[in-house]
Amino acid sequence: MSEMKLFVSDGNPHCLKVLAVAELTGVKCDICHAKRLVPFLSHPVRPVLLLPCGQHLFKANPICLYFLEVSGRDVCDLTSQWLEWEAAELQEATVVDIVLWAALYPLLSNSSFLPDKLQCVARWFEQVNALPVCQTVAQRVQQQKSLESLKRFLQKQPLPPARCRNAPLCNRAEEEDAEREMTDEEIQAAGATWSRGLADRPTPAERRHPILPQEGKRNVLITSALPYVNNVPHLGNIIGCVLSADVFARYGRLRGWNALFVCGTDEYGTATENKAREEGLSPQEICDKYHAVHASIYKWFQIDFDHFGRTTTEKQTEIAQDIFWRLYDRGFLIPDTVDQLHCENCQRFLADRFVEGICPNCRYPEARGDQCDKCGRLINAVELKDPQCKVCKRTPVVRSSAHLFLDLPKLESQLEQWLEQSMSTGNWTSNARHITRSWLRDGLKPRCITRDLRWGTPVPHPDFSGKVFYVWFDAPIGYLSITASYTDEWEKWWKNPEKVELYNFMAKDNVPFHSVVFPCSLLGAQDNYTLVSNLIATEYLNYEDTKFSKSRGVGVFGDMAKDTDIPSDVWRFYLLYLRPEGQDSAFSWADMALKNNSELLNNLGNFINRAGMFASKFFEGRVPQMELQQEDKRLLAQVGFELRQYIQLLDRVRIRDALKCILNISRHGNQYIQVNEPWKKIKGGDEDRLRAGTVTGVSVNVACLLSAMLRPYMPAVSATIREQLCAPANCADAMFQGAGSFVCTLPAGHRIGTISPLFQKLEAEQIESLKRRFGGQQDEELRTDYKHAACSTSRSRSWWLTLVLLFQGDRVRALKAQKAEKTLITAEVAKLLQLKKQLAAAEGKNPEPSPQKGKKK
Amino acid sequence: MQKTLSESKRCSPITVKSLPVRSNHGPAALQSPSNRAEQRSCPQWRRANMALMELASLEKSLGFKKANKYSTQGNNKTPILQSNKGAPLIGLVTIASHLVQEAAQPELLGRTAEQRAVVRQWLEYRVTQLDGCPKEDIRSILKELNQYLEDKVYLAGSDFTLADILLYYGVHHIMADLSVQEKEQHMNLSRWFDHIQHYPGIRQHLPLVVVLRNRLYTGGHH
Repeated sequence: MSEMKLFVSDGNPHCLKVLAVAELTGVKCDICHAKRLVPFLSHPVRPVLLLPCGQHLFKANPICLYFLEVSGRDVCDLTSQWLEWEAAELQEATVVDIVLWAALYPLLSNSSFLPDKLQCVARWFEQVNALPVCQTVAQRVQQQKSLESLKRFLQKQPLPPARCRNAPLCNRAEEEDAEREMTDEEIQAAGATWSRGLADRPTPAERRHPILPQEGKRNVLITSALPYVNNVPHLGNIIGCVLSADVFARYGRLRGWNALFVCGTDEYGTATENKAREEGLSPQEICDKYHAVHASIYKWFQIDFDHFGRTTTEKQTEIAQDIFWRLYDRGFLIPDTVDQLHCENCQRFLADRFVEGICPNCRYPEARGDQCDKCGRLINAVELKDPQCKVCKRTPVVRSSAHLFLDLPKLESQLEQWLEQSMSTGNWTSNARHITRSWLRDGLKPRCITRDLRWGTPVPHPDFSGKVFYVWFDAPIGYLSITASYTDEWEKWWKNPEKVELYNFMAKDNVPFHSVVFPCSLLGAQDNYTLVSNLIATEYLNYEDTKFSKSRGVGVFGDMAKDTDIPSDVWRFYLLYLRPEGQDSAFSWADMALKNNSELLNNLGNFINRAGMFASKFFEGRVPQMELQQEDKRLLAQVGFELRQYIQLLDRVRIRDALKCILNISRHGNQYIQVNEPWKKIKGGDEDRLRAGTVTGVSVNVACLLSAMLRPYMPAVSATIREQLCAPANCADAMFQGAGSFVCTLPAGHRIGTISPLFQKLEAEQIESLKRRFGGQQDEELRTDYKHAACSTSRSRSWWLTLVLLFQGDRVRALKAQKAEKTLITAEVAKLLQLKKQLAAAEGKNPEPSPQKGKKK
Repeated sequence: MQKTLSESKRCSPITVKSLPVRSNHGPAALQSPSNRAEQRSCPQWRRANMALMELASLEKSLGFKKANKYSTQGNNKTPILQSNKGAPLIGLVTIASHLVQEAAQPELLGRTAEQRAVVRQWLEYRVTQLDGCPKEDIRSILKELNQYLEDKVYLAGSDFTLADILLYYGVHHIMADLSVQEKEQHMNLSRWFDHIQHYPGIRQHLPLVVVLRNRLYTGGHH
């Protein structure tokens, strides 16, 4: 047994159980602290046991049981004997206990973590903890450094998948089906809240620019990642940053926060230079042109920026150079020479995105000069194998040039300290925490902040004249300079960390720059900057089953959305409904039509329309007398619960989840109307007529609440509802106070306006034609892809057909599983049959005799 | 398009015995092993269903004539084997190992102590790493398995074990979703998977996943 080697690491609690069991069973093995990687695993794990046969065991519990087995004990009976063992001989029971003890060790060794209720657990833990083996091994793992070392280890580990899905709200999914039962107290309380009415709440003040932080208010500064000026944003970009930030900003204003929402286009960089060359314009002209494109897209999507600026301004130069000098004076910038790829043919240094080659880590052949799309690791462009200039396809040469580096390692401890504080008090999405942790775990390296380009913010240091700042250093400073273009008093926002809460919205690929690199620049500048306290990152939105791709013409881009004749509000709704919170999601035309028709038209629109129509048809356009019964109060309680849930969720920026609350309310409302049948009762006696009045009055008030809750999501629809109901201006304000309260905002006698339908049905043909228009090249794409492989021989042709057939089969099955429109399925099945015929022909068979077989598929 | 292993060919390699009931009493803490109550990528109903269906399949593969009764507990839908006498058994691995013992096929758990450890490790891998694995980590799991299987016929080397059966059930839904190209990228895994799905009596209710034997993307990249 002496050839066995056990690899452990400091501060890893899993090593405790293995060491303890080794100790317990007396199995001999060399214990090493050296690094040993299990060849086939992608992450380093500990403990690892190298067996005499050369196999690796990388799981602690099997190692424990293995020790037990080689020491001559029978494992198979172990499970059946647990209880007996624990009761009779503590010594034997320790295997189970020790494993549990080790897992709970980091938590329970500080007894204050344990609530009083769990006294039995505490007693058990103390008992096991007191065993000599436990004491010895605990010390070995901690290396006398106490619990701190465990903490450091655990902090650097990525969160286990289960914990990523923010805990407390998860029960929600289960509750969704089951109606939440309201207690009597809740129902009575809801009735009391309702009757408080609007009282005399003042009308909220209008927004007045410039917005500046105010004493005694919650000052919220909201930014969304700056879109790069050359790219027309696609739906994924829109939901990832500007739209999410817009919903939150609108919500914040409704809640009475003092919110400022800024964004702008990121305009420097080689891509702009190239585009300018292509179009025969100056870079500035290119920026002007595309900045306007961006602005108009966001306007169409009703993104309500307080200011939408740009990075090519005087302010940008001023602030970026100031931060540069402060970093330089404090010794956080180090000069070094850098090997860079220079294309002799194009006569210039190649920016990272203009080189492509083979990834040195994973061998992906189309890795970019800064990052590999496949393994996600950052790459130094000169490390690429077989580099190619993307413009002329020639092989560039390596040349060296002097550059400045931001000394991230020197700032690391400051950064960690700040991160710990920011993450524990603020709202960071789990992917943001995860990505940041993995960056820290890999260790920070100095990062080059200068480049040999022209179109950028000039480096002010004379030794580096002619160079510009690297975009990652420069672009986030855009947030400051854009605010500075908005107001001269920008420092009240950006140098005011005590009074300002900063929310950054972005897609997950932008996280490291906002959580590690930019904070380091600001920390190093030591000028009391406001650092991010809430980092909200989305996952990716895919298009149908593929990625958005401008070059392949796949997907919907911001400028095309308005050509679809689908209102901007419906786009907003569907994108927010799909918002990739927690995991990737996919845009699908069929699903969009389904959600529009089922949720907006049949659920939400139907309820609001019915409520309004009853009031105008049966009660001459006035809100009738209401006498609340238990059943009405129950509805009020359900609606109030959803409202509070909505506020809780949006306070934590769970935008997609909060939208579900709105839809739940209208579902409750529809049910309520359905059960009470006011259209029948209105024809009955006095009592029935009063009942019809009460139901109508309550419904109209629920509709009014819905208009308020919809305001962040669908501003135009919300305004239309308010107009139709002639809702008072202060009603949203009243209901969004504190935890949220559903009050009667439209009292009996209130006159409402003209009611008309809010939504339109999306027809199958319309969707089908849109799908063809925006995804149309995809089929062609598939075909040409395989045509590359397929030459003219019939053998390869049948290969190609087989493949296409496989894909087509998948598509048909997927459509059937989604219960898509029948015409759609029929069309795809026809294609499938056509392909089968072609395949049969290619293989030289007669396709006619077996048409039945095809249909079965 | 492709006809394979007919239903009738399926054989039960094990003789059936009457099943003795084991009593099992774990410490209280183990009765509810799930603190990880939160949601994961795989919907709960689907996981519950998967675990129960695969236990039923395993019983058939092992040649049981009468199906046992199962239920699930907790948010992770951990399967429970109900028995007439004594306490229920909890957990997929525990139950599966128990079934193998009952069917008198202990070699499915490994022939040597070392092999048993390896089998146990992959069973644990199945329930800890594979089940409820978030979408973005699936790639790395496929990669790991593919590398591991590079020089092996079965997970425990040259013997077919319970680890192969449960891992096959566990990756089936992932493999079914892979494109032809992805399957080819994970050639060792695909080869193993294809081997297991054709192993007599294992596939049961699961649909056959097509694995092409010819390489289509030999150039590495188009």
